[in-house]
Amino acid sequence: MSTFLGFPTRRGAKTLPDDGAHPGAPGTSAGPGWADDVPHPEAPLRWGATFPEAAKQALGNTQLRRNLAHATSTIRAKRAAVVGEVPDWEELRDAGSTIKAHVMSDLPRLLEELERNVTARGGVVHWARDAAEANQIVTDLVKATGETEVVKVKSMVTQEIGLNEALAEEGIAAFETDLAELIVQLADDMPSHILVPAIHRNRSEIREIFLERMGDAPPDLTDAPRELAMAARAHLRRKFLSAKVAISGANFAVADTGTLAVVESEGNGRMCLTLPETLITVMGIEKLIPTYQDLEVFMALLPRSSTGERMNPYTSLWTGVTPGDGPQEFHLVLLDNGRSKALADDVGRAALHCIRCSACLNVCPVYERVGGHAYGSVYPGPIGAVLTPQLTGSTGRSDPNNSLPYASTLCGACYDVCPVKIDIPSLLVHLRAREVDQDRGRPTAWGAAMKAASFVMARPGRFELAEKAGGVTRVLGGSKGRITSLPFPGSKWTDARDLPVLPKQSFREWWADEHAATETDPRGERRSSEAPDGGGSPSADRTDTETTGDAR
Amino acid sequence: MRIALAATCIADAMFPQAPRATVQLLERLGHEVYFPEQQTCCGQMHVNTGYFDEAVPVIRNHVETFAPALDGEWDAIVVPSGSCTGSIRHQQAMVCRRAGQEKLGATAEALAAKTYELSELLVDVLGVTDVGAHFPHRVTYHPTCHSLRMIRVGDKPLQLLRAVDGIDLVELPGAESCCGFGGTFALKNSETSTAMLSDKMSNVKSTGAEVVTAGDYSCLMHIGGGLSKLRSGVRTMHLAEILASTQSAPTPVDVEAAPGRDSEAEAAR
Repeated sequence: MSTFLGFPTRRGAKTLPDDGAHPGAPGTSAGPGWADDVPHPEAPLRWGATFPEAAKQALGNTQLRRNLAHATSTIRAKRAAVVGEVPDWEELRDAGSTIKAHVMSDLPRLLEELERNVTARGGVVHWARDAAEANQIVTDLVKATGETEVVKVKSMVTQEIGLNEALAEEGIAAFETDLAELIVQLADDMPSHILVPAIHRNRSEIREIFLERMGDAPPDLTDAPRELAMAARAHLRRKFLSAKVAISGANFAVADTGTLAVVESEGNGRMCLTLPETLITVMGIEKLIPTYQDLEVFMALLPRSSTGERMNPYTSLWTGVTPGDGPQEFHLVLLDNGRSKALADDVGRAALHCIRCSACLNVCPVYERVGGHAYGSVYPGPIGAVLTPQLTGSTGRSDPNNSLPYASTLCGACYDVCPVKIDIPSLLVHLRAREVDQDRGRPTAWGAAMKAASFVMARPGRFELAEKAGGVTRVLGGSKGRITSLPFPGSKWTDARDLPVLPKQSFREWWADEHAATETDPRGERRSSEAPDGGGSPSADRTDTETTGDAR
Repeated sequence: MRIALAATCIADAMFPQAPRATVQLLERLGHEVYFPEQQTCCGQMHVNTGYFDEAVPVIRNHVETFAPALDGEWDAIVVPSGSCTGSIRHQQAMVCRRAGQEKLGATAEALAAKTYELSELLVDVLGVTDVGAHFPHRVTYHPTCHSLRMIRVGDKPLQLLRAVDGIDLVELPGAESCCGFGGTFALKNSETSTAMLSDKMSNVKSTGAEVVTAGDYSCLMHIGGGLSKLRSGVRTMHLAEILASTQSAPTPVDVEAAPGRDSEAEAAR
């Protein structure tokens, strides 16, 4: 991946005017003091590797694991403390969940209401079916201003559509102004967290990135957080004051007033949203809330869940254009990009309730070990695992995104912290079932194993025979009494864990020895007398006449 | 009380000491325990791996096995597993209904209301925390994700453990973190699973405990498999085994007596 001025470029990208802002090292991506382990993907929602493949690589990065363990545990503790002090937190979560469910059930009408209100207040609304359309709309809008530079507020949705890269191809330089996003951009890296995109970096790496790529970093820069922040501040100030065009995402859009909201911590957003002449906001259609009053719920939920703050430092709200105050031209690009497809799944659509707080990432034991890049999407972590495959859909059996719903132990920590109560474990299971059902008809090892297990476990006689057959494990275990090494795929277990051999006596055999003789319960007696060959035929007392097996 | 035991497939076949201890404990407390022998499995593995259609016949067998509880045959159903209880309570009916089997789903739902994980049965239904157990060993408790967050047993297992005579109960650092098992996750994402297991084992070792206990033998199979690989000298034991242990009939803790090692122990005799 080549870079120019620290920006990712694509083949055929036009050369940007060199104003000395981000002198990078063209032709290389990693600098001397930081690792570069993720090449820029062609598709921001499908980077190429499956989750297990990418996770394996990430797990080998000791720096990443240490950074993540420290960062996630710190933010987990902060969140727990500020959430714990809200007595009606559960009621707030219920309210957030209910409002979002309402939005999804009435999305077309609410979107038109938003469009009417934005338009009435001097804004211009654009509709984009997919990333390419959105990028084209934004590019054309910037070109119409005659500008070749834009400043950006941190935004997940513009990451999702690869806007910076699309603009660069058209000779427009997009400057990220959020500190962490700046770090990611300077390092020619990809974000690895929804809220803290450079969470995989420690401050020593950040110092190296600034010295190598920022251009105007003080040569005696240390890795003290304050010094790093001040260097970025000085670097960005000139951009804020000179930029004529800003691009933002939106945390919320209020249908009944046409108001947009951006919630942030650094003040860079406020600068971008107020100083330039033209403001272009790109938002996913699911970011809608029905009324202005609904904001009170989400403003209570979001900062505490996200940064672990009672209230974030900067909340900017704007409605259309106000003459003489702020940007005099406002464009709102409403992006679908797979959201309608997700909405069509009445279980899966709950993923669209997400307000991008990232609490689920911070508590996820999988995310904590592998980091964001392993998910192969700008949306990582538990929410990414349910959102990404729904936005992209599956291109077929080899689609790496098929592996995402399995990137979880279903431990449930994500559901517990979600401010809008998205039942992510249930969604993961639902998406697994969807994938299995789509793939039916093709023989797979997993499918065969599951069918066999189903056959065995549907009848006690078969199960008992299987238990007896399990005696073979005692041969495998030998005199050790434990199985320490199995061939593939069993090696996936025994590489790191022993497996006990099956005991000589199963529980049911023990029960038969100890209890069946004295069993007085007629049902117990009758059932225990069933032949162990197990009755392929349903027993006579089956009263439920529904068909067994693969009814669908 | 007349209590039907759902032993769980994994404990029936691999870890019979858990349901056995459950029977001994409940009988000691004066209850009648029944083991409906038609039972096999609750269907959890199929459901969590996405094989809903294959889960239906397994769930059907479970529901038909325990349906007499709805006619008053048994007062309650006990499961020595948090995740199987969770699957019975939160997945069985959903999977049946998704397959269009409304009646089966409704029966599953009714049965789920009479089904309890062991610590729930003891504390909530039988109203007992001191079960008269004696277990003079250093023990740490891993809460397991589904006990903690799916069926929310809270501190019930700890209430029971604290009341055990002679026990030296030590808190497990990072207790609420998943051990990395996750059913088929341990195979599909074995490297990530191992990374999680490694941290769990470090925490277990840091307690100096002889025994790590939990309400689920599936998680214990994972943690114990890792501890055995390391020759750590720490063994796993189901909550029921500790609660079943008494002065006159103590549960042995030596690793030689661990599950699956009976052949060697016998050979040595």
